[in-house]
Amino acid sequence: MSSHAHTGGSAVHAPMAEPSGFIRKYIFSVDHKVIGIQYFLLALTAVVIGIVLSMLMRFHLVWPNATLPFVSGGQMSQEQYLALVTMHGTIMVFFVLTTAPQGGFGNYFLPIQIGAPDMAFPRLNMLSFWVTFLAFVCIVAAFFVPGGAPISGWTGYTPLSGLGEITGPGEGWGQTMWIASISLFCLASLLGALNFIATTIDLRAPGMTLMRMPLTVWGWLVTAVLGLLAFGVLLAAGILLLLDRSAGTSFFLPAGLVVNDQIQAHSGGSPLLWQHLFWFFGHPEVYIAILPGMGVASHVLSTFSRKPVFGYRAMAYAICTIGFLGFMVWGHHMFLSGMSPYSGFTFSVLTMAIGVPSAIKTFNWLGTLWGGKIQFKSPMLFALGFVSLFVSGGLSGLFLAQPAVDNLLHATYYVVAHFHLVMGVAAIFGIFAATYFWFPKMFGRMMNEPLAKLHFWFTFVGAYCIFMPMHFVGLAGGIRRYADPSAVGFLARLQPVHEFMTIAAFITGAAQLIFLFNFFYSLKFGPKATKNPWNATTLEWTTDSPPPIDNFGGHYPSVYRGPYEFSVPGAAEDFIPQNIEPAQVARAK
Amino acid sequence: MRIRKRASGSAATPAVLSLLLVILVAVTVYVFASGAYAPPPAITSVGHAIDHQYDLTLAVVATVFILSQLGLAFAIFRFRDHGQKAHYTRGNNTMEVVWTTATVILFVGLGLMGRKAWAEMRFTEAAPGAIPVEVTENQFVFNFRYPGPDGKFGRLDAKQISASTGNPLGIDQNDAAGKDDIVVPTLTVPVNHEVQLMIRSQDVIHNFFVRELRLQQDATPGMVVPLHFTADTIGQYEIVCTQLCGLGHSRMHSYLNVVSDADYAAFLKQQEAAAQ
Repeated sequence: MSSHAHTGGSAVHAPMAEPSGFIRKYIFSVDHKVIGIQYFLLALTAVVIGIVLSMLMRFHLVWPNATLPFVSGGQMSQEQYLALVTMHGTIMVFFVLTTAPQGGFGNYFLPIQIGAPDMAFPRLNMLSFWVTFLAFVCIVAAFFVPGGAPISGWTGYTPLSGLGEITGPGEGWGQTMWIASISLFCLASLLGALNFIATTIDLRAPGMTLMRMPLTVWGWLVTAVLGLLAFGVLLAAGILLLLDRSAGTSFFLPAGLVVNDQIQAHSGGSPLLWQHLFWFFGHPEVYIAILPGMGVASHVLSTFSRKPVFGYRAMAYAICTIGFLGFMVWGHHMFLSGMSPYSGFTFSVLTMAIGVPSAIKTFNWLGTLWGGKIQFKSPMLFALGFVSLFVSGGLSGLFLAQPAVDNLLHATYYVVAHFHLVMGVAAIFGIFAATYFWFPKMFGRMMNEPLAKLHFWFTFVGAYCIFMPMHFVGLAGGIRRYADPSAVGFLARLQPVHEFMTIAAFITGAAQLIFLFNFFYSLKFGPKATKNPWNATTLEWTTDSPPPIDNFGGHYPSVYRGPYEFSVPGAAEDFIPQNIEPAQVARAK
Repeated sequence: MRIRKRASGSAATPAVLSLLLVILVAVTVYVFASGAYAPPPAITSVGHAIDHQYDLTLAVVATVFILSQLGLAFAIFRFRDHGQKAHYTRGNNTMEVVWTTATVILFVGLGLMGRKAWAEMRFTEAAPGAIPVEVTENQFVFNFRYPGPDGKFGRLDAKQISASTGNPLGIDQNDAAGKDDIVVPTLTVPVNHEVQLMIRSQDVIHNFFVRELRLQQDATPGMVVPLHFTADTIGQYEIVCTQLCGLGHSRMHSYLNVVSDADYAAFLKQQEAAAQ
């Protein structure tokens, strides 16, 4: 408890006073719970924008000639479509999949689950959020600058992204805004990662050993380590790209580039260098998006199976192994880039190896369910959906991890289907599971259960209807990032499948309104939540809903056992919270 | 409490969820097995090796997919809350060791087996005597250059690039070797002869992809990437760009013509006459 040492060595504080002004309390708050909700609401705004962009893309793919009221010129152009592709990917990956699970739920629940009064550095935490917010303003602003949003995809490959507007509309101001946004985001995430790591190491309650931490905390901790090592690299790459564009440097630009018959004054750089730097960040980013979801899935599966997590240690080690191997597989995005084929093979074997801890997690999730007493509450439904989607999306990666097979599937919709299932939809299911699970704790009210279930059925069936057929489109040669398939003969027969996916996407998208309604309605009108509505065991359920400003009202919990002690033989109740002293546990009569 | 009891005691939710998972498995397996969306037949021996590796992977993936989704469906229905007591266990180390070892062998083994096809296409150079063709891509066209009767490519000079005056590649006008170079917008090769492509780009990253060759390669500026193949079936195949290259990306398109030896000789003769 090093952080307490300089305040006099005491582990007990007087209850903290809440700031009274609106701005200090809700806007520039240093309370990790308020900041967590701010991150969550930012992600919620971003996901609405991201989904609307994807609906427009799906619409264009099926009805390219339709007149749209809000599109200049009436019909969507190729570059407008590519701008949607770029912005959808960027907003979803950074501002939803990174922001909600880690910035949102991690911020809110990591300190409480380890028994801490706040993050280690509350002001740094506030700074992280507001820099992220600034990054979000920058990315949205890219739509409104001259030339519009960038068209180089969320991967921003140079030279397309490095030469300015000569390579295409949106590559002027729009691309600059994109780089500024990503760089700010990286900076904010670096600060956040430091804070998460310091908090987990230093502020754990007495008795909260590493192997008693909830698996959610393991997920957030390893995610923070990944963020610390990955975001710095993308930040550096972003700055170099900015210099290439505006200061005449040539980090990523080789000699002899000729665009529109105009020779470009660059020499000595390498486009592959950008890819290496980008994917050195980009692959760990996949795990940044999914590891917190894995933690939530484990947590929720255990709670609603009324059983301890099967193989807790194996699960914690698997999270660490995924994090470790996650830094050694980035080259599988570059098999066909011109990188050495020998490197490609090495990356391939390492990528196949990362399937092992993922499989271990899946087996242990099934092991957790096995012999349980499963209660099908809405968080549980989404956690079960997470497992199914993670399996489906993860397995298709075994094809893409092999460079030979990648010759057939690279850059097709097969890849789009793969990563949407595994890091998109599965991660979103993790977020939904977390939302339904923790909403009572965060807001002190219950969400409406029938509406939540309706939301689950539509979203689960809808997600598979969108992304399963997408594998077949890719296998049949459907190429991603094509605004118009008409130039290529073999794409015509895939159009009916695109229509099916578009209709499924519209229905699934519309079903998200059920969630939004439930969320905001329950905020105001949901029935009051008790301290522990799910009969769960971890520390957040031992305090009020919502928790007081210092989380435990001046009292700090001590921890006496692991996080998932459900259905312990001989105990009166089927759950034993982590903070109950062994002598106090009621025995069954 | 009446509501809570109904929610946790009902078998409807687990039954529907299990059924959905079974349907998912059935439909997915059916569509894969039907081959309705299979890629076109390969026209190279490497292509067949890739297909073999694909089939092997599919067998492994299908097995794991079916077992885990059906296992999930079974657990959901079988262990639904119907008043029983949960079985308290923290895990089983033997099982952890068994399934870890099994997946290491299965997944890493599969990856190692994939080396064969990859090595055949990428670890080796084209044999001497392969027909050299330079592939140059720019926004949003393919150009294919043959060395002409002298067997030598002319030097390239970026300053002389001018699509409007008919020198899109910037072949140096002062280099005699370039005088007879043939530049065409489609790729024509003789059947059963090895071809050595040299893939390059003038501006941004493009790609060269022919599905029937099972061959895909980025064209990255600043690099010349060699790629070799021997097509064994006469026909016309589509060449596409799969790397996002700008607003005309989806229009970037060409053809690979695999022709008989006689037709190839005629093609060269005709092009050489045109180049004079």
